[in-house]
Amino acid sequence: MSNLLNIKDLVVRFYTYEGVVKAIEGVNLDVKEGEILGIVGETGCGKTVTGLSIVRLIPPPGKIEGGTIFFKGKNGLVNLLRIDESALKEIRGRDISLIFQEPSSALNPVFTVGEQISEVFMQHRRKEIIEKVLEEIEKDIQKASGRLHIKVLRLQRKIYRKMLEKPNSISLRIVSKIPIVRRYQRRLKAILRKETIRMLKETGIPDPEKVVDMYPHELSGGMQQRVVIAMALACNPKLLIADEPTTSLDVTVQAQILHLIRDLRKKFKSSILFITHDLGVIAELCDRVAVMYAGNICEIADVEELFKRPLHPYTRALLESIPRPGKELKSIPGTVPNLISPPSGCRFHPRCPYIMQICSKVKPEMKQVTENHFVACHLY
Amino acid sequence: MTILLEIIGLKKYYPIKGGFFKRKIAEVKAVDNINLRIEKGECFGLVGESGCGKTTFGKTIIRLLQPTAGHIYFDVPTDVREELMKLEHSNSNSQRLRELREKYDLSTFKGRKLRQLRRKMQIVFQDPYTSLNPRMLIKDIVGEPLKVQGLARGKELKDKVLNILNKVGLGEAHLYRYPHEFSGGQRQRIAIARALVTNPSFVVLDEPTSSVDVSVRAQLLNLFQDLQKEMRLTYLFISHDLSVVECISDRVGVMYLGKIVELASTPELYKEPLHPYSMILFSSIPIPDPTVRRKRPPPLKGEVPSPINPPSGCRFHPRCPKAMDICRRKEPKLLDVGNGHFVACHLFH
Repeated sequence: MSNLLNIKDLVVRFYTYEGVVKAIEGVNLDVKEGEILGIVGETGCGKTVTGLSIVRLIPPPGKIEGGTIFFKGKNGLVNLLRIDESALKEIRGRDISLIFQEPSSALNPVFTVGEQISEVFMQHRRKEIIEKVLEEIEKDIQKASGRLHIKVLRLQRKIYRKMLEKPNSISLRIVSKIPIVRRYQRRLKAILRKETIRMLKETGIPDPEKVVDMYPHELSGGMQQRVVIAMALACNPKLLIADEPTTSLDVTVQAQILHLIRDLRKKFKSSILFITHDLGVIAELCDRVAVMYAGNICEIADVEELFKRPLHPYTRALLESIPRPGKELKSIPGTVPNLISPPSGCRFHPRCPYIMQICSKVKPEMKQVTENHFVACHLY
Repeated sequence: MTILLEIIGLKKYYPIKGGFFKRKIAEVKAVDNINLRIEKGECFGLVGESGCGKTTFGKTIIRLLQPTAGHIYFDVPTDVREELMKLEHSNSNSQRLRELREKYDLSTFKGRKLRQLRRKMQIVFQDPYTSLNPRMLIKDIVGEPLKVQGLARGKELKDKVLNILNKVGLGEAHLYRYPHEFSGGQRQRIAIARALVTNPSFVVLDEPTSSVDVSVRAQLLNLFQDLQKEMRLTYLFISHDLSVVECISDRVGVMYLGKIVELASTPELYKEPLHPYSMILFSSIPIPDPTVRRKRPPPLKGEVPSPINPPSGCRFHPRCPKAMDICRRKEPKLLDVGNGHFVACHLFH
C-alpha cells in the first residue's frame, strides 16, 4: 500500500501569556491508502492538534513551526504546509474532511440540514451539479411544445451557462434578485436536494426526505453525528479525519456509528485518521495505532500487535488502566506534564517504572522493532 | 446482610407547563415506579443510556428532588423493618404505618430532619468543573458541610478537613487554593472529600469518572474502593460506562426509560444478560482486544422513545428484536428468575 499522507518532523507551538506551549515536537506519521489509523492518548497529548495541523486549522496563538506534510490528493502530491490558502480551501472538504467530537456545535443552528449539506456540494462539486442541471434543461427543451415555454427554458440555459463560466458576475447576482425570473434557481435546488437525500440515505438516516428540512436541534446526538458524517463524505474525500466522533454519544449509539464508519470505509474507500482516547474503540475499528504522549508519538504498530505485545512503558500502563473484571486496576502515577516546560529527554521518564540514566538526557529516536512495529524508547 | 435503603414504588414526574396560565399539559416520567433494595456496604451500579432517568433516580433517593410518589426507607432498625414491610404489603392505612413513615420515610422529611439526613447521605456529581464554587478556597469548600451541620469549628474543623483531604490523596499544600488551580482528577478528589467529610454512610456517585482521562479514571476507581473499605460506605454508582461499573459494583441494575429492566449480581449479569435490552447494551461495549473483534449482533436500531409518552406495555417493545404480541399490551413485572437475578421481560415469565 502506498502512503496517502506523510507527516515529517511536525512541530506545533502555542504562544500563550504563560509561555510557549510545545504542543507537538517532531511527529512523524504515515497514513496509507484505505487504512484506518488510530491515534490514542490522554487529554492534551496533541492528538487533536495533529489532526488539525493536517488541514492547517490550528487556532491562534498556535503556529506550525516546522516539518512537512505531503498529501497525495486529486491534483497530485502537495506539501500542505507550503501551498497557499486558496489551494488549501480546495482540498479541505473535497480531499480531506473532518468530523468533530461535538456534532451539535459542528452544525449551524440557523440552517436546515439540507442547506448545510448542499453548501458542500456547491463549494466543491459546483461544475458537476450545474452540468446536471443543464442536461435536464436540454431534455426539457426537446420535450417542450409551447413557444413561450421554450423561450423560458433557453433563458434558463443561458443563465446556467453563465453560472458555469463566471459564478460571481454582477448580472447573475441581479438576476437572482428579480422575482419570477429567479425561479430558475428551483432546478438547482431540486438537484441539490436529491443529492443530499442520497447522501443522508448512505449514512442510514431513517426518513431522509423529512430530515433534509429539519434543523439540527430537532435531531438527537446520534442523528446529528450522522448528518456530520454525510457532510464529510459528500465529496468522497481521500482522507477523513475523525476527532473523537463517538465520545459524546451513548454506547448503543456509538456502536451504531462505528458500524456505519466501517461500512462507509468499504464503500467510499477513504483512509481514516481516527483520533480517540478510548482503547476499546481503537481495538474495534482501527488497522494501525499510534500512541501519543505529551506531544510525541511513542509507539506505532498494527492493532493486534500493539494489544498483544505493547513495548513502550506508557502503552503498557495505558492498557493496564482499562478496568477489567477480576484484575487489579493499575493506574499511572503522577500527572501529564505541563507542556510549557516539558521534561528533558524522554517526556515520559518522570512517570516511567523502567527509568534509566539516559532517559532524562537523550530524547529516544523512533526505532523499528519488527516490520510494522516502531517504538521510541531507550529500552529497545 | 442488613438492608440500608428500601425504595418502594418511587416515581418522579417532571411537569411540562404551557398554554393558558401555564397549566400542566404533560409529564416527563423520568422515574416510573421503581422498587429497589440496597444492602449495607455494597456498591450498587446503575447503568443505562442518557435520558433513562439514572441521575433523577439518584437525586431523588437522597431527596435533592421531591419524589412524586413512593417511599424511601433509610437505615431502619431490623425489627422495625419487618413490621413496616408487613404493614406496607397489607396495604392498610393504619395509624402505626403513618407513624413509622413519618419516622423513617425520607419522602416525608422536611426542615431540620432533612438537614440532619444530609450528614448520612451525600453525592458526588459528574462534572467537577461546575460542582465546585470557583470563588471559594478548598478549605472552605470541604469544610462547609461541617459548618452547615454544626459538627465542628475552629481548629477541629481544620483538622477534620485536612484529615479527609489526606484520605483522598491531597494535602496541606492544597488548603488555600482555588478550584481553577486543579486538574479535573484533583477537582473530583475535592468533590469526594466534600462528600465524605461528614462521615456519611451512603454516597451517590453520579458518573464521577466520565469527565476524566483513562489513567486518572483508574486512580479514582481505586480511591473509591479504598474509601469504601476504610469508611464502610455504601455506594450507588451511576454510570453509562459499563466497564467501569463492572469493575466497581457488586450488583448492577439496568435502566430503560425510567424503569429497571434487569437486576443481578455483577458477574452474573455480565456473563449472561437476559433482558433483550441488556443483551444489546452489553454487546455494544467496545472490547479493548482486537482479536475478539467478533461478529456482534447488529447494533440497536432507532432511538430511545420520549419519556413523555412512553410506549404501551413493555417500554422496550418497539425496538426489541424478540417482541411478542403480549409485549404491546401488558407491562412485564420485575421478577426473580433465580439466584437474585431479576428480569422484567415476558420471555422469562
